[in-house]
Amino acid sequence: MSYNMNDITKSIPRQGKLIVVEGIDGSGKSTQLRLLEKWLVSRNMPVFFTEWNSSETVKQITKKGKKSGQLTPITFSLLHATDFADRYERNILPLLHAGYIVLADRYVYTAYARDIVRGCNPNWVKKIYEFAIKPEIVFYFKVPIDIAVDRILSGRPRLKYYEAGMDLNLSNDPYESYRIFQSRIIEQYESLSVSENFTIVDGTMEIEESQRFLRSMVIKLLPLKFAKKNRRPRRQ
Amino acid sequence: MNYRTIRSLKGKKLRKAIFYGHAIPYLEDIEIKGRFIVIEGPDASGRSTQIELLSSKLEADGHAVLNAGLRRSELIGQGILEAKRNFVLGRKTISLFYAADFADQLENKIIPGLRAGYIVLSDRYIYTLMAREAVRGISSSWSRNLYGFALRPDIVFYLDVDPNELVHRVFKKNSYLDYYESGTDLRLSDNMLESFVMYQKLLRKEFKRMQKRYNIISINGNRSISEINEDLQERIDAYLQNLQNY
Repeated sequence: MSYNMNDITKSIPRQGKLIVVEGIDGSGKSTQLRLLEKWLVSRNMPVFFTEWNSSETVKQITKKGKKSGQLTPITFSLLHATDFADRYERNILPLLHAGYIVLADRYVYTAYARDIVRGCNPNWVKKIYEFAIKPEIVFYFKVPIDIAVDRILSGRPRLKYYEAGMDLNLSNDPYESYRIFQSRIIEQYESLSVSENFTIVDGTMEIEESQRFLRSMVIKLLPLKFAKKNRRPRRQ
Repeated sequence: MNYRTIRSLKGKKLRKAIFYGHAIPYLEDIEIKGRFIVIEGPDASGRSTQIELLSSKLEADGHAVLNAGLRRSELIGQGILEAKRNFVLGRKTISLFYAADFADQLENKIIPGLRAGYIVLSDRYIYTLMAREAVRGISSSWSRNLYGFALRPDIVFYLDVDPNELVHRVFKKNSYLDYYESGTDLRLSDNMLESFVMYQKLLRKEFKRMQKRYNIISINGNRSISEINEDLQERIDAYLQNLQNY
């Protein structure tokens, strides 16, 4: 029997849900996503957690380039796209097809924001990521720059070169550079939040309060049977 | 501004670099002095031999020559080999990996070389990458966008070898068929030899398809090394001669 891979992936109903958090470092998004994961796991939901820039295969190579400071905006962008594609092709898409709830700490919007700030053409970046499916919901953690920077710097004495956006020559002072870089990323997020229909989360709220909000939104996306805690999902 | 009128101290004309698309705003206005020649062709078509011969001749004629090519970058080159050996990666992932590697070559080697006035000879270019992607079902508009940051070469040659002839050259060179160059991942046939020929035919068809869009000059690669070399050298000399008469 002969078959075509593309036909198969198209014909399988995608029962899973993709839930994304976005926001600058220190906006509280990762903490919230981890709590969401704990909650879903405790309810016996099939959950998969995936983080930006975490593919093992690609990581080693990106690290080498980052250390030597050889990366240009294009290579930086393409290596992150490679990392994303690897996680997408091997984890995100198959798991969605299998019915998992995929929790993504950052998604293509991080690439849009960072690459555009680094000077890549916006249409070029967006077209590269066009293979990625649109998430069920994107929570955007909105937080004033000062609060986010304080949260990051209080726990970390030193900023890394690319993390601080030092390659952009914004300032010779890493902390000043970091601030300017992050505020430019916020600008990109702001414009994306409208065009991509982000659900905005006030990143200054108490952790518990934000989590209640996230759960109230996520529960709407899940099958009804989820609400009844003790009953296991029936097979179709 | 008319770039053709500007002359550098060395007497080479500066001209605006031309890109296929619009991916690198920060490079769009650069000026180059050198000339950019690409040799495309399948594995065992004799590309590297030809590049060696052309380089020595051009250098003997007093030109500064720089060799470039795919999978030569120090940044990622090794990673691709390892990943392919373990064949764990998906198709989009491999494409992006190659694109990153190519970008590194372009920005750190090819463009600086051209700015400094070198004749840059590239062993393969984006066309091979696009052909491989096309036969693997990746949309050509996606590939074209991906490589939009690529600089347009001055001349592109394609060493066109009959896939049935190619098999013999591969055996002579390696005594086995390479997993990847046989397109084994496409599962065209269980017979490795048949798979190789089918795969090479598909790639060749893609090159024919790209020929017009990218101004690719097809060179009969079924001839002897010296015959092919003479052909290539003649065309390059005529091109360079023409520039001087400009």
